[in-house]
Amino acid sequence: MTFGTKRDCTQKIMRTVLLVSALTSVLIVVLIFVFTAGRAAPAFHEIGIWKMVSDTTWRPGSGEFGILAMIAGSGIVTLGAVLLGVPLALGSAVFLAEIAPEWIAGAVRPSIELLAGIPSVVYGLFGMAVIVPMVRTIPAPGNAGYGVLSASVVLAVMILPTVTSISELAIRSVPAGYREGSLALGATKWETVRRVLIPAAKPGIVSAVILGLGRALGETVAMIMVIGNSAILPAASTGNPLSIFLSRARTLTGNIAVEISYATGVHESALFATGVVLFVLIMLINSSAALLLKKGVR
Amino acid sequence: MNKLETEAKGMSTRNYSLFYGGFKALNRISIQIPSNRITAFIGPSGCGKSSFLRSFNRMNDLIPGVTTEGEVCIDGRNVADEDVVQLRKKVGMVFQRPNPFPKSVFENVAYGPKLHGVKNRSDLAVVVEKSLKRAALWDEVKDDLHKSGMSLSGGQQQRLCIARAIAVEPEVILMDEPASALDPVATLKIEELMNELKANYTIAIVTHNMQQAARVSDYTAFMLTDENRAGNLIEFGTTKQIFTTPSDTRTEDYITGRFG
Repeated sequence: MTFGTKRDCTQKIMRTVLLVSALTSVLIVVLIFVFTAGRAAPAFHEIGIWKMVSDTTWRPGSGEFGILAMIAGSGIVTLGAVLLGVPLALGSAVFLAEIAPEWIAGAVRPSIELLAGIPSVVYGLFGMAVIVPMVRTIPAPGNAGYGVLSASVVLAVMILPTVTSISELAIRSVPAGYREGSLALGATKWETVRRVLIPAAKPGIVSAVILGLGRALGETVAMIMVIGNSAILPAASTGNPLSIFLSRARTLTGNIAVEISYATGVHESALFATGVVLFVLIMLINSSAALLLKKGVR
Repeated sequence: MNKLETEAKGMSTRNYSLFYGGFKALNRISIQIPSNRITAFIGPSGCGKSSFLRSFNRMNDLIPGVTTEGEVCIDGRNVADEDVVQLRKKVGMVFQRPNPFPKSVFENVAYGPKLHGVKNRSDLAVVVEKSLKRAALWDEVKDDLHKSGMSLSGGQQQRLCIARAIAVEPEVILMDEPASALDPVATLKIEELMNELKANYTIAIVTHNMQQAARVSDYTAFMLTDENRAGNLIEFGTTKQIFTTPSDTRTEDYITGRFG
């Protein structure tokens, strides 16, 4: 073995240190998955994976561990959050990227980013204090305010910063030539945004939405506080199909957080299984975002 | 056509100055650009040629802090008083880097007409075909109008951009170094095209390439920065006169390659 100069040596040490730091996060992800899946194995084995994800009845007391209701709950809340949050985020992104003079954008951007820093339990409090009472005023049988709609509104605000900042970046990254080309043909600013900039920024905007989806799917505490937490399949209470949004529900995340403190045996294992399902869903969503981003770059 | 009408037609500026914030980039330029001719703007980098060209379709409006003095007129009307959308419909522009939209060839050319109210698919098809033919691109793309404009070669992309500009039926086409990113063969095609287009359009071209100016233009304007780095119009005349018997020694020094 030959000894190089001190600089060579530092170089080698630093390379190893950096490699180890990079590998650490990979290792942690793998470990989390392996241990969660390990603890979920008994439930999957005893109940069956398919039975778990296709059965709507969650009754741990009588040994029924179907999580379809929670999958549906997470799904509908996320859908609602995207429907409410994405147009708002896209509007902010276009405003910040194209319309606002720099001094206004400079004031608005940090306050949107600040939203990302608010702890989710505070969002939950805000939801309970403001959103839930507002939703309660909608006349519908059994509507107590706690439910999918309140959760979606809270979640929409929570995904706003992610979707806004990535969409803004995507719009800003559209080559200046497109903008100039469109304006030089006599397009107004709005026509340029709608017909050239947004289509050109679409891959970035789609990944922004998908990252928002991932964020929404993973949210826990704020959801527990406003969604009502009934482990039932959300359903319309009146003839109006929209009343499904007033239904109480439970998310996958909420299912785990609410029950894990007292669960034992298969019940506990079934909660770990819920975690595995969540993990896989989020992984699918994030990797599709990465895939789309790559496609957008090409 | 009497003298007054001649003056009212076409593009002109009078004592036109342009400022980027406190910096004066163009200094009191007065010029009368003949219609249905090609006028070339030459001069060293940074002399304000592009800024001047962009004054005619008010693209400088997009830059914060730009102010102007004097007048820029098209057909006798001050561009500052015109609706900018109508102005840009009348004054097309082709940029240094080909900038087709990430859309199909058809949609690129149809973009302008759609903005200005052509909705009917068959009307659009007529405009697209006519514009592509005028831009000498039709034969190369007619078999697949739905492929992406970005998939064309650089020279084809630039002709697509010319077709896109023509499609809104402008009176004037501004070209900001339209061939500087192209190879010699593609450049030649653009130059031939300009020669055909001048029958129907007034063309103003900024170019770094003096041979190009000599080859394609009927008139040449030579611009140069003064001691305050503001762009001045030094000399303007027929291309033949500028390149053979320039009246200003600075013009002569530049075209003979003594600087620049």
